[in-house]
Amino acid sequence: MADEWNFPKGDLMKGKKGLVMGVANDKSIAWGIASQLAAQGAEMAFSYLGESLLRRVEPLATSIGVKHLIECDVTSDDSMDAAFAKLKEIYGEIDFVIHSVAFANKNELQGSFVENTTREGFLLALNVSAFSFVDVSRRAAELMPNGGSLVTLTYLGAERVIPNYNTMGVAKAALEASTRYIARDLGPKGIRVNAISAGAMRTLSLAGISGGRGLHAKSGQFSLMKQETSMEGVAGAALWLASDLGFSTTGEVVHVDAGFHVVGLPEDIEG
Amino acid sequence: MSEVLERVRKIVIDHLDADPDKVTEKASFIDDLEADSLDIVELVMAFEEEFDIEIPDDSAEHILTVGDAVAYIDGKLKS
Repeated sequence: MADEWNFPKGDLMKGKKGLVMGVANDKSIAWGIASQLAAQGAEMAFSYLGESLLRRVEPLATSIGVKHLIECDVTSDDSMDAAFAKLKEIYGEIDFVIHSVAFANKNELQGSFVENTTREGFLLALNVSAFSFVDVSRRAAELMPNGGSLVTLTYLGAERVIPNYNTMGVAKAALEASTRYIARDLGPKGIRVNAISAGAMRTLSLAGISGGRGLHAKSGQFSLMKQETSMEGVAGAALWLASDLGFSTTGEVVHVDAGFHVVGLPEDIEG
Repeated sequence: MSEVLERVRKIVIDHLDADPDKVTEKASFIDDLEADSLDIVELVMAFEEEFDIEIPDDSAEHILTVGDAVAYIDGKLKS
């Protein structure tokens, strides 16, 4: 549960309501962020996909007082219509959305990008991982007459070549570019749109990438701070962006990875 | 009972909320303990953390029972 992390309590999110998409289990980045936002007084609903995830998400939601669980398949217009209708019914207006949703077939997360990428797999990854944020943004903006904040989760594989990340790297690149264009369109409405590029963390998503768990260990080892990315750091960045502390920041990709993203060649390459 | 078996059993019992009597060496995660594919991934990650080892995907695919997990982890710890 959230007990393993140390999240500062306060009122930074008091009175703010929103949606957190992508809590799968107690290792999920979305779960860490939700816990931090709750510790600062946010009210929120979680979206989930399918019974197997509901079973995992329900006890987590209950433990931080989240009452609303909304089923949502981001690849279906009908499902998205229903989910946002439900959200509107619950809150009327919202202030934030945390989008931590991505998918690629496992066989496209290994080996050769050129050889293993299929049309269907490519489009599926782009659909779930990038278009979904565009779609969510449009729908969320309708519930944000007084402005708000949209935050998505991305990864360095969007900007640089990472072993096995392949199609997901392309999808994350599309997500980051989408973040900037969404930020342009929604900026005049007072809606800020940003992405957090988190270092590799031990989530279900990481386990889906071939050799992903090794990636996690090396990222820490090669980072400037010689440490793994902490959930407190990622959730702290999300709190900054989702709360009024984030005024004036939009269209940004914020790296929270102990400095791994600026490393050209690790110093201890023999290690 | 080996120490590794005990630690593996504890993880499995906690994670799957399983009846301790059913969590024997022969028990299959999916057939006997009602695990789904996400449970398997979570269990493998939990074993990695507990024993500070890395279990590559092609090895994880062959861990179908409690005994398989114990045998694999025993082998890793000795190497």
